[in-house]
Amino acid sequence: MAQTNNYGQSSNGVADESPNMLVYRKMEDVIARMQDEKNGIPIRTVKSFLSKIPSVFSGSDIVQWMIRNLNIEDQVEALHLGTLMAAHGYFFPISDHVLTLKDDGTFYRFQTPYFWPSNCWEPENTDYAVYLCKRTMQNKARLELADYEAESLARLQRAFARKWEFIFMQAEAQAKVDKKRDKIERKILDSQERAFWDVHRPVPGCVNTTEADIKKSSRMKQPHKTRKSVYGLQNDIRSHSPTHTPAPEVKEPTEEELQDQVNMSKLRKEDLVSYTEQYAEFDPFFTSPDPSNPWISDDTTVWELEASKEPGQQRVKRWGFGINEVLKDPVGREQFLKFLESEFSSENLRFWLAVQEVKKRPIREVPTRVQEIWLEFLAPGAPSAINVDSKSYDKTTQNVKDPGRYAFEDAQEHIYKLMKSDSYSRFIRSNAYQELLQAKKKVNCDIISMGLISLVPSH
Amino acid sequence: CVGPIRTASLLSQREHLSLTPEMATQEVQPNETLSNLKAESDTLKTKLEDERAKLHDVELHQVAEKVDGLGQFIMKTRRTLKGHGNKVLCMDWCKDKRRIVSSSQDGKVIVWDAFTTNKEHAVTMPCTWVMACAYAPSGCAVACGGLDNKCSVYPLSLDKNENLAAKKKSVAMHTNYLSACSFTNSDMQILTSSGDGTCALWDVESGQLLQSFHGHAADVLCLDLAPSETGNTFISGGCDKKANVWDMRSGQCIQSFETHESDINSVRYYPSGDAFASGSDDATCRLYDLRADREVAIYSKESIIFGASSVDFSLSGRLLFGGYNDYTINVWDVLKGTRVSILFGHENRVSALRVSPDGTAFCSGSWDHTLRVWA
Repeated sequence: MAQTNNYGQSSNGVADESPNMLVYRKMEDVIARMQDEKNGIPIRTVKSFLSKIPSVFSGSDIVQWMIRNLNIEDQVEALHLGTLMAAHGYFFPISDHVLTLKDDGTFYRFQTPYFWPSNCWEPENTDYAVYLCKRTMQNKARLELADYEAESLARLQRAFARKWEFIFMQAEAQAKVDKKRDKIERKILDSQERAFWDVHRPVPGCVNTTEADIKKSSRMKQPHKTRKSVYGLQNDIRSHSPTHTPAPEVKEPTEEELQDQVNMSKLRKEDLVSYTEQYAEFDPFFTSPDPSNPWISDDTTVWELEASKEPGQQRVKRWGFGINEVLKDPVGREQFLKFLESEFSSENLRFWLAVQEVKKRPIREVPTRVQEIWLEFLAPGAPSAINVDSKSYDKTTQNVKDPGRYAFEDAQEHIYKLMKSDSYSRFIRSNAYQELLQAKKKVNCDIISMGLISLVPSH
Repeated sequence: CVGPIRTASLLSQREHLSLTPEMATQEVQPNETLSNLKAESDTLKTKLEDERAKLHDVELHQVAEKVDGLGQFIMKTRRTLKGHGNKVLCMDWCKDKRRIVSSSQDGKVIVWDAFTTNKEHAVTMPCTWVMACAYAPSGCAVACGGLDNKCSVYPLSLDKNENLAAKKKSVAMHTNYLSACSFTNSDMQILTSSGDGTCALWDVESGQLLQSFHGHAADVLCLDLAPSETGNTFISGGCDKKANVWDMRSGQCIQSFETHESDINSVRYYPSGDAFASGSDDATCRLYDLRADREVAIYSKESIIFGASSVDFSLSGRLLFGGYNDYTINVWDVLKGTRVSILFGHENRVSALRVSPDGTAFCSGSWDHTLRVWA
């Protein structure tokens, strides 16, 4: 049964959340649960050689937690969602720039909320330059620049050649402040800062999760909220002002109307169920096409058969489901027309087809076509006179004076109903149709040059 | 939109809300805050649902209990189309069931024979972010547009050397980006939707605006034409969280649904034309019945937190395929409301998804620059 999404509520009724923010909030809810003291992932400090690795948990810990707490059925799905959360920077592997989740003993750490994507970071290249520069001032071997980082630094040095002194000074100042920090604290902060840049300047080949859908970007750009500078001036973070949304509107039916709605609702759902059951045999995902699905077998026979004028049994059966099935299949239309012509009652269908055709023409041609149809089917003394009710006739007479694409709309509707209740049912009961339906399977002569072999179907 | 809509009013602290017309006509007090009104509206909605439940309204999955459950599906990527240099944003099938047109952020529109994976035509648009593309019913032309605010039609030449761009015809003009376009059942008319909040119907030959559709309060992101031979309607979804049903002839919005909690990225008619599905940034897909005039199912899971960008039905309407921003495709049992399958493969957001005209496969386009055909 479909579950209601727990994260659906918008936090305040004041301003609409942009789509990105909605997802960030949901991920942050998960993170909060992961960090819960009682039910979250156990975070520990691990002893390693001469030092300690503070504040970590393993990839397996994450996977297990997700399977237990997020209604996830298997490890593959947990890894996928977990990798996405890592790619957005909510937790990260402490020894790798590539942000993926692995189901093993790899150590991960949580990102500090300061660096969360929901803070609308848009760090500039000058910041990245300061960061990379600072890294080169640090002595630890494990903080050495990766190849792609060294390349980036070189590029930035060329790009900011004139500003470089300033950037260097910033980096120096940062490095000084960092040195004063507690060793453990420093380890954690360094890794979190690195993870931040792994999100905003990902390893080449990795997905950049900060890329936005341009259609939504106008709403994501909240200039008073965007943080651009990581190391420089502190932006003034003002909360966004409330936007006026019109008062929510609610329908208020009477008791009776409500009962009617409920009854209708039940009926409609039954309709949906019966439609899918009726068409299941035509749905290639349920009933394999005969002889095969071209995409799976690389054999296009089924398409060739459909393109031929000989309609297969299954196709003919479908025409029996309703008049629309006949009308939308070109071969169906042809057979229907042929049958009606044999009865000398084809004018209704021909009128309907002509009106459909008019709606498909360029607007320039419409007035002429409308006249032609009027003269052929409706004008006094028309050669293929059709019968419409007087109301429709009067309206159409008016419309034709100022002809538009919908000049025959009322007449067409009337004729459609007539065909549906009369001509169509005669067609389905006709010998012509029944014969097609019971059609003996003829082997296609092009494929086998031998004589015709008739196979009686097992109906 | 037309319908008995009344503004929710703020009442004094009464515990039991009775559904009387009087309630609706009370005036909104000036010092009432928006959040109070919203809370009031939510309470009323809950009350309505409770009343419905008392009258034994059933969920779709309950009606579908008698239907057999679905077994395991084996759906795999059968073709991968590589050639775009940037995010694939949109795709459409040709009526011949094997050709596809796709458009990309790099400004390129490519026509493929997806069966052989050969590229048959390529056009470079003057703008980047070509967000919309469509194949003409005849198979002889394609339409596309995006940040240029236009929809242009390119006739497809059999001569591979011919410069397609030279024959380009500008048809639609909006005042903001083109989000979606679709030919009606003719090469001569195109329906468009735009970031300017409107949809419009155009005569291709003259570029004349035949009808415009106003009613969305924000960008319109998607549209779908009714499959009926007799219908003159289409649906649209927007950033205002609304899905609207329009009469093409009059330009009127005849029905409106607002149950999603964020942008509606994709709308698609159920094959019978009596219902439609939507995919939204709120991470859910929903099914709405047009004659019952309400939402009848929600397709969601706790573990699906990224938005659905694109949805389409299998031929019988039993399966709903959803492409999501978490790079996956979720396959839903439309009747029972459960997820049948999750398909991995794309390496970035799935941005477009369409089932082929004969239902033998579906194609997905992704920000990972590729398209995949699945069966």
